[in-house]
Amino acid sequence: MNFVVCVKQTPDTAELPKISAAEAVSGDIKATLVLNPWDEFAVEEALLLQDRFGGDVTVMTVGPQRATEALKDAIARGVQKAVLLDDPAFAGSDAWGTAAILAAAIRKNGPVDVVLTGKMSVDGNSGLVAPGLARKLGATLLTQVVKIVDISGGRITVERQLEEGRETVTATLPAVVSVSKEINEPRYPSFMGIRKAAKAVIPTWKLSDLGLSPSEVGAAAAKAQWTDVRKPPARASQVVMIKEATVEATAAKLADLLMAEKVI
Amino acid sequence: MSILVYVEQFEGKAAPVSWEVLGKARELANQMGGKLAAAVLGSGVEAVAKEAISFGADTVYLVDDPSLAAFRVDPYAATVEALIKAHSPKVVLFPATARGRDLSAVVACDLNAGLAADCSDLTLVNGELAAVRPVFSGNLLTTIRFVGSPAMASVRPRSFPAPAADPARTGEVVRSAAVAPAGGYREEVKGFEKTAAGEVSLTDAKIIVSGGRGVAKDPALGFKLIKELADTLGGAMGASRAAVDAGYIPYKHQVGQTGKTVRPDLYIACGISGAIQHLAGMGSSKIIVAINKDPEAPIFSVANYGIVGDLFEVVPALTAEFKKRLG
Ligand SMILES: Cc1cc2nc3c(=O)[nH]c(=O)nc-3n(C[C@H](O)[C@H](O)[C@H](O)COP(=O)(O)OP(=O)(O)OC[C@H]3O[C@@H](n4cnc5c(N)ncnc54)[C@H](O)[C@@H]3O)c2cc1C
Ligand SMILES: Nc1ncnc2c1ncn2[C@@H]1O[C@H](COP(=O)(O)O)[C@@H](O)[C@H]1O
Repeated sequence: MNFVVCVKQTPDTAELPKISAAEAVSGDIKATLVLNPWDEFAVEEALLLQDRFGGDVTVMTVGPQRATEALKDAIARGVQKAVLLDDPAFAGSDAWGTAAILAAAIRKNGPVDVVLTGKMSVDGNSGLVAPGLARKLGATLLTQVVKIVDISGGRITVERQLEEGRETVTATLPAVVSVSKEINEPRYPSFMGIRKAAKAVIPTWKLSDLGLSPSEVGAAAAKAQWTDVRKPPARASQVVMIKEATVEATAAKLADLLMAEKVI
Repeated sequence: MSILVYVEQFEGKAAPVSWEVLGKARELANQMGGKLAAAVLGSGVEAVAKEAISFGADTVYLVDDPSLAAFRVDPYAATVEALIKAHSPKVVLFPATARGRDLSAVVACDLNAGLAADCSDLTLVNGELAAVRPVFSGNLLTTIRFVGSPAMASVRPRSFPAPAADPARTGEVVRSAAVAPAGGYREEVKGFEKTAAGEVSLTDAKIIVSGGRGVAKDPALGFKLIKELADTLGGAMGASRAAVDAGYIPYKHQVGQTGKTVRPDLYIACGISGAIQHLAGMGSSKIIVAINKDPEAPIFSVANYGIVGDLFEVVPALTAEFKKRLG
């Protein structure tokens, strides 16, 4: 069985508040870049599926050369194959463009049964790449997956956590599965893995390797454009500390204030 | 028609965010001088279509079909795409629930339309939709501009006030046929284990009381006290990741970057330090109250009201006080 994991290199979450609008627009982020935290779960699940069902795992990312570090992180955790998808024509792709690039690369890579993605990227926050990829590949889409129950007879059975409860669903393969945090406990990169990753030679596939037309990808193809990137307005108020003689009086004071705010 | 709003329902009950989106869409349609339509899909959901009119729709496309009884993205998408093709709305809006997000993405991708996911605000600029969405985990905002038509967006719960229903409003319910997905029915729902009844959903909650590692000296008691306060206020119970990771409370309560994003009127953080990843999930709450032993805790820098103290004393005192007042 063949598995592909799609990952993104994103800023370390602790450094997100330092990122300026200008950095976000140019993509020239000064913060430490890491494997998107949500994608750790996708990588882990691919490795677990390989243990359960055998086969190959390939990790892919659309990003600049520095994004090979995110692929190396996945290799250090145990993934065997990695591909970087990089071409000047890819710059400024929206989710549909990114999905088109990944879909073409997945096709080129060979037959696939399950494509795994994270729930969302901590920078883009859209969760659109998995649905886009499912449509471009003609695969079934399974999001919010908290458990992969079985893969057999050309079908995959999963549990999904939705607002009202937990759904069990079976669907045909190939499937694009975006995983939630509850699905597993990601392993850390191993010492041996890190050494392997350091030596890994990672191929780069370009637009011409993927047989894509420039009109399908990049900023010019984007249907949703980011404009006016800005810091959100700061929370207006200075904190009001409440301290009365007794805890009961403090509680009463807070209750007065909250009722005056009309939030209760 | 100018705007089409997809109304999400589960077992014949509309998700509250559907009406929030419809209410905002009404306002936008009026500004555009256009009509507002709603799409209601499901099986046995005629009552939801009537409700959509009371909340502001001029027309409701009702697709009531046994094949739509359980939500599956393929048949739902095929049906919504057919409605969009038949009626050419300029703007199509969805609630940003798990299903609404899947559906909006699949429909937009199929139509090669621009989609702004998980928006927190919608405006018109020169009569065109401009959608505001938080990015970089809430540390930045961007306004999405769309190329081509329709412009599509999914909207976060509690971004807009719930409109008041006007039962006297009139409108037209148009029955439409379900459309079979081109690729067939590839997905089959085998079972559904419902969340306990009566639990307030975090994303829809007006009031949230959350606990963090500050409950460590007696986690069971700590979360019992927090739940009592939440129940007294008719709110939901949240938690920090530290509390979830320590096993004090299940993950579904987690608020933050790797948990839920919430936007209540009132968020009471008890024994939560205010790490950036926690703030990512609750920073846009209207009023934030922090209860923490440590006067230097970063949570106080985003809070409107702060109490320095032991949550094991302050929380029950608040519960007692509100019980008195709310009767
Ligand atoms: C990739 C990533 C994603 C993350 N996602 C999330 C997320 O989604 N949600 C999230 O919450 N965190 C998330 N975190 C973790 C986050 O960085 C913090 O570790 C976490 O929020 C801390 O939880 P806490 O405030 O409960 O614990 P602590 O930081 O340990 O704070 C406990 C607080 O309780 C106070 N306290 C102690 N005893 C009492 C008492 N008796 N009464 C009153 N106050 C008391 C202390 O003064 C302290 O301020 C994430 C981290 C990473 C790296
Ligand atoms: N540039 C990319 N390259 C590969 N995979 C990606 C890329 N962007 C997003 N993904 C995948 O899609 C998921 C959702 O990302 P997003 O749609 O950006 O929120 C991520 O968790 C990744 O698994």
